[in-house]
Amino acid sequence: MRMLSRNATFNSHGQDSSYFLGWQEYEKNPYHEVHNTNGIIQMGLAENQLCFDLLESWLAKNPEAAAFKKNGESIFAELALFQDYHGLPAFKKAMVDFMAEIRGNKVTFDPNHLVLTAGATSANETFIFCLADPGEAVLIPTPYYPGFDRDLKWRTGVEIVPIHCTNSNGFQITETALEEAYQEAEKCNLRVKGVLVTNPSNPLGTTMTRNELYLLLSFVEDKGIHLISDEIYSGTAFSSPSFISVMEVLKDRNCDENSEVWQRVHVVYSLSKDLGLPGFRVGAIYSNDDMVVAAATKMSSFGLVSSQTQHLLSAMLSDKKLTKNYIAENHKRLKQRQKNLVSGLQKAGISCLNGNAGLFCWVDMRHLLRSNTFEAEMELWKKIVYEVHLNISPGSSCHCTEPGWFRVCFANLPERTLDLAMQRLKAFVGEYYNVPEVNGRSQSSHLSHSRGQSLTKWVSRLSFDDRCPIHGR
Amino acid sequence: MLSKKASCDSHGQDSSYFLGWQEYEKNPYDQVQNPNGIIQMGLAENQLSFDLIESWLASNPDALELKRNGESVFKELALFQDYNGFPAFKNEMVDFMASMRGNKVKFDPNKLVLTAGSTSANETLMFCLADRGDAFLLPIPYYPGFDRDLKWRTEAEIVPIKCTSANGYKITETALEEAYQQAQKFNLKVKGVLVTNPSNPLGTTMTRLELNHLIDFAIEKEIHIISDEIYSGTVFNSPSFVSIAEALTERNLEDAEVWNRCHIVYSLSKDLGLPGFRVGMIYSNNQAVVSAATKMSSFGLVSAQTQYTLSQMLKDKKFTANYMEENQKRLERRKEMLVCGLKGAGIRCLESNAGLFCWVDMRHLLQSNTFEAEKKLWKKVVCEFGLNISPGSSCHCSEPGWFRMCFANMSEETLMVAMQRIKALVESTIVPQQTGLSKSRWLKNKWVFQLASYEQEPDR
Repeated sequence: MRMLSRNATFNSHGQDSSYFLGWQEYEKNPYHEVHNTNGIIQMGLAENQLCFDLLESWLAKNPEAAAFKKNGESIFAELALFQDYHGLPAFKKAMVDFMAEIRGNKVTFDPNHLVLTAGATSANETFIFCLADPGEAVLIPTPYYPGFDRDLKWRTGVEIVPIHCTNSNGFQITETALEEAYQEAEKCNLRVKGVLVTNPSNPLGTTMTRNELYLLLSFVEDKGIHLISDEIYSGTAFSSPSFISVMEVLKDRNCDENSEVWQRVHVVYSLSKDLGLPGFRVGAIYSNDDMVVAAATKMSSFGLVSSQTQHLLSAMLSDKKLTKNYIAENHKRLKQRQKNLVSGLQKAGISCLNGNAGLFCWVDMRHLLRSNTFEAEMELWKKIVYEVHLNISPGSSCHCTEPGWFRVCFANLPERTLDLAMQRLKAFVGEYYNVPEVNGRSQSSHLSHSRGQSLTKWVSRLSFDDRCPIHGR
Repeated sequence: MLSKKASCDSHGQDSSYFLGWQEYEKNPYDQVQNPNGIIQMGLAENQLSFDLIESWLASNPDALELKRNGESVFKELALFQDYNGFPAFKNEMVDFMASMRGNKVKFDPNKLVLTAGSTSANETLMFCLADRGDAFLLPIPYYPGFDRDLKWRTEAEIVPIKCTSANGYKITETALEEAYQQAQKFNLKVKGVLVTNPSNPLGTTMTRLELNHLIDFAIEKEIHIISDEIYSGTVFNSPSFVSIAEALTERNLEDAEVWNRCHIVYSLSKDLGLPGFRVGMIYSNNQAVVSAATKMSSFGLVSAQTQYTLSQMLKDKKFTANYMEENQKRLERRKEMLVCGLKGAGIRCLESNAGLFCWVDMRHLLQSNTFEAEKKLWKKVVCEFGLNISPGSSCHCSEPGWFRMCFANMSEETLMVAMQRIKALVESTIVPQQTGLSKSRWLKNKWVFQLASYEQEPDR
């Protein structure tokens, strides 16, 4: 008899993918400005480290928030005992206000429809437990966040069927792609319960267009299924077009509590990306469906948010001056940082998808592939990790259908480290990508090609490569 | 439209355990604002020693202000989402757990997996050890929350191990074997046994004999043992607590196969009284379990802010030693108050040495030896006498008439009010109604009469 469960025995947790293996390499040899200048620079971690100073200075001015005090009185016992899965009311109010503020107050949220969970990881899994039975399926546009394979499928027993998006239209979701994915699921005898999208997208770093959102709504309406919109990057939309939440589009289309689709549209949120607080484990489920809220609330018992953290953050988010300033400043800094990455890549002859959100760029390295295959992508990725010492995420780990795309993060490292990373990349491109068709030459002779010759090839490749113009979307 | 899990009631939250809570929520007792409200005696919280923790926190502001040697560690904590857990915290946790076991066993921080509460720990272990439809054996009575925590999303089954008051609810070899056979009859593959030691709702620690029966059983059947030891720090009287880890070590089973099949669940919710902070954990010698559970803990990590604060607090060994000793003293005192109060009403309890509650024998107050009668009595206790206590049926007890009553989640004054109400209940239950007399005078006379006749009852 197998000692452990299937869940524990097999690797359906998805953590053998290159996404996680890159992290492991980084852990073995992490870059340090002083102690390990040749180490691997982590560009595979979508963290937002750009605005801690704003939060730290707020904390310094507001010591009560961390000190279990409210109006000078100790509330320690009250918080220590607070394990109500309905959540701290003040915190839920502050969360819904914050979520509305991020959406330019074009939509409002009801705190009674918000369920707190220990991070978006927990929120997403909980949604799947609530909406699908084992063996059923959810459709997700590719490329998608590698963690979904674990979060949505592992313990739930639910399948993911991809909605194929390609560069031909900037990876936007089309009616055809939606329909094809649905048919594919049917062919495999999988009952589709819903569509899950990440908006703004991880790994693309783009916001969904109004058109895409309308398409999605029509599709879920037509099929009678759910729509989960993971909007954890909603506060990182730093450039136009501005972020449009699925809730806003519901409003646009005059879908209210009387329309069926109203009950089937749900949002996931978290403070891990916008506020840069992944360690505090604050996620949320928002649903218009009372039954979903009721079930998710009970399930949140398995991953409640620490009351100590709820208290601290409710004080923080209730300070509207802070939130207003934070949102604006965060956008500014993310925009600048993304610009630096894009221009650094440009100098290396590398283009990206035109992004306006997120903590990363979706980078086009197809022209650096030995062949248009995923084997070639892996080869390139390994070179970048092991030789160039940059941990970036290969598109295949995000289930991208086209080889050669990589996600490169820009907000989890200091600017000077980003500059260094770009210099390394530029040097790598310059040294390696001059004669990909040459075989059998020794490494040293390959490298001994003069800068001039490699530059020529690089330039000529660039001018012939008009499949995807720089910043094309 | 929704999943089966979301649509049905297999979350077990329609049981009376939860319904009693709901009644309380509608009309909660408050000494000043609502002296006729329902007193909550169904919540196993430890509120007796907050002053100790509060004073420690006041003297050590860095712990809350997220500072280390005066320097802010806010950013470090804000970014810390490593499912391997904050090393400083895990190191302190294993020391704390060892000290609670008289340092008779040592724990390795690399075998500890942190989870958002023991609710998460128990479910995670089930996901690791049982497939859908597999079963775990649990001695009854057991914590009502297990029906949700162990079965709901995992789709595992629970098969009860019958324990009765005949022998003080001790687990016997026969009961274990019978439960196993019962599972086989239903074509359920038994993957393990889950015990809570000290027991909830009994408030007793398992004897060495029971632990050895359990170990022998697990060896013979080649199954797992999960020992939920979340009340291990609430043992206030002899016999002292014996952990499954100690029992295994005593028998020199470190190299035996069963060593890899024993897992401990712990939490700071009961001993330190911090259920709001969501700190639970799994301890296992089985590398594969540690590895899988670690990945699964992604679905319920402990806030880094909380890990830091508590790591600082547990680092202070003088504090933890003093806390444990004082906490146990206060628990014992409070338990005695409850036992005496009940005795004064002619009600006996199971003799207990741990936990935050007593297992109370109200069989003599039942109109008949049935669960219907128990439910009727329970409703009366909640709705007419304003005490939310937990009926044994909600804990799957096989004998009607037992109730769990908590004593550590209220002030002494409130407990005394509760005891008065119990006395009033007893009078109304045993003595037939009389007309013509005012109820209060009637009750007073009868109460005096009852007390005199019950004074001879031997204590249990």
